[in-house]
Amino acid sequence: MSDVTAEVTVSVPLAASAVPGRWRLLLRRPTFLAGAAIVLFWVVCAVFGSHFAPDSPLAQQLLLTNTAPSGAHWFGTDSLGRDVLSRVIVGSRDILVITPLATLLGTVLGTALGLAMGYFGGAFDLIVSRFVEALLALPAVILAFLFIVALGPSTTTLIIVIGLIFTPLIARTVRSSVLTERHLDYLASARLLGEKPLRIMFVEILPNVLPSILVEFTVRLGYAIFTVASLSFLGFGVQPPTPDWGADIAYGNQNAALQSGYWWQMLFPALAIASLVIAINLITDSIEQVLSS
Amino acid sequence: MLLFLLRRLGLMVLTLWIVSLIVFFAGQVLPGDPGRAILGNLASVQSVQILDHQLGVDRPLLVRYFTWIGGLLHGNMGTSYEFRSAVEPFVRAALINSLKLAALAFVIVVPLSILGGVVAALHAGRWADRLISVTGLTLASLPEFVPGIVLIVVFGVELKWLPVTASAGQGASIGSQFQHLILPAIPLVFVLFGYIARMARAGTIEALASDYTRTAVLKGLPRWVVIRRHVLRNSLLPTITVIATQTGYLIGGLVVIEYLFNYQGIGGLIYKAAVQKDFPMLEAGVLTIGVVYVLATLCADLLLMALNPRLRAGEAS
Repeated sequence: MSDVTAEVTVSVPLAASAVPGRWRLLLRRPTFLAGAAIVLFWVVCAVFGSHFAPDSPLAQQLLLTNTAPSGAHWFGTDSLGRDVLSRVIVGSRDILVITPLATLLGTVLGTALGLAMGYFGGAFDLIVSRFVEALLALPAVILAFLFIVALGPSTTTLIIVIGLIFTPLIARTVRSSVLTERHLDYLASARLLGEKPLRIMFVEILPNVLPSILVEFTVRLGYAIFTVASLSFLGFGVQPPTPDWGADIAYGNQNAALQSGYWWQMLFPALAIASLVIAINLITDSIEQVLSS
Repeated sequence: MLLFLLRRLGLMVLTLWIVSLIVFFAGQVLPGDPGRAILGNLASVQSVQILDHQLGVDRPLLVRYFTWIGGLLHGNMGTSYEFRSAVEPFVRAALINSLKLAALAFVIVVPLSILGGVVAALHAGRWADRLISVTGLTLASLPEFVPGIVLIVVFGVELKWLPVTASAGQGASIGSQFQHLILPAIPLVFVLFGYIARMARAGTIEALASDYTRTAVLKGLPRWVVIRRHVLRNSLLPTITVIATQTGYLIGGLVVIEYLFNYQGIGGLIYKAAVQKDFPMLEAGVLTIGVVYVLATLCADLLLMALNPRLRAGEAS
């Protein structure tokens, strides 16, 4: 019996000591540093942007509508004479609030669900798996779109709907990680020690599947940005006049900005979205590489 | 074999039934009062009640669900709130338009991404591999409208090579339709390229490392014969599944692309239905997407089974 307890207590410090070493490896990867720098830049813009943006993102100058990029307005102005650069800087705010919160919600719920599916198995696992399968038959953007049309767009609705849509998808990943842990000795020992299922799931299994949850979180964060930007572009995300990349592109599209040659009104917010998505991808890729090494 | 088919079909029906529950819940339970949603906050309680009665939404939920699902089984997808007529003709016309766009995207992306994946696998670990893999994944992670805008700016506005809207207009020639669909198809190609190429790459690497490839090389076959006869035939099997599952993502992207390029496809239909709060039309559109996805997955499974004798035997036992 003493053997068993020793094994259980040893497994935790081992896992904990491995983590700082991995983080140091991460800091040595140029792709990770580049991604982190870009994300940090947009976080600074989201928090302090309204202080250093050249103009107010909402100020309309009706004598200066649709002006091309120039020294006075680096990114030009839109059809209401608002400074596009200022709107791009401050427009990072909502997407950087909504996407991490939605992903976090989905990850927390998905982890709990996935642990339960993997640990209990049986009918519960079967039913939830069928449900996940059905959800996969509808693309996330369409599913989110359907629910947000019904509920009406707001920041809270976006967070909850996207979080709930991600929940079964994340649960599926966590479930498969749990299944590989399920037959390992430390779980058998924990069960022999008479530990309760909840304790086994969250204290014994969770620390061991945490790396794959971390990867899943960053992957989903990328998808969340994709989804929120697409919804805003369709007019069911962040609502005007709040500056937002997707919504500003939609506004330009409604005014046929591209067809009229006012490309800067849509191109710059589009490049901002691209930079954020690529940065998240670089971070995800680095974490995956480090964890698999 | 037959048992496998039956099991597969049963699961498909189950999936579609759950999809119908989700769509019904989002389209008919969550919006609350459709009459109020259509008429707005200023309309009188009485006129909202009359409209609700006309639309049949004042009946109990269970009755509504069974009427709706019963209609679906008889090919009746519901009555549009906006047009006050059956939604099928709209959905059918839109689906045909979307299939044209999707077909063009697939015709471009399948050979291109398989080629990309195989080239990456043959140069695994070297710069060509990194370039193809990183570019593919980056393009796949961008929302479709981002490359769409860049393409419109470059090829439509600056160079004026291609039209910036997708619809060629009534009775346009095939050539003109094709020309209008090139720009909208490219962002869809971008989204799909990364996934398919990655799968083709993984399959090729696995086949290259196999015993039969080593035997073929050792018995002195030329390199390209080995690749064509032994490597490709085996490496492309898993790729077929990925191509089918990607149809879902492709159709998801259609909403955004069809809105950006002002095209009357299933995505455009869903978008317009959502703006008009035409829930029956929205439900029919979303359900159609689910059906297309499930059918595509089924086709992939059957194709995979036909191509791979081992799988056929394995499933039957």
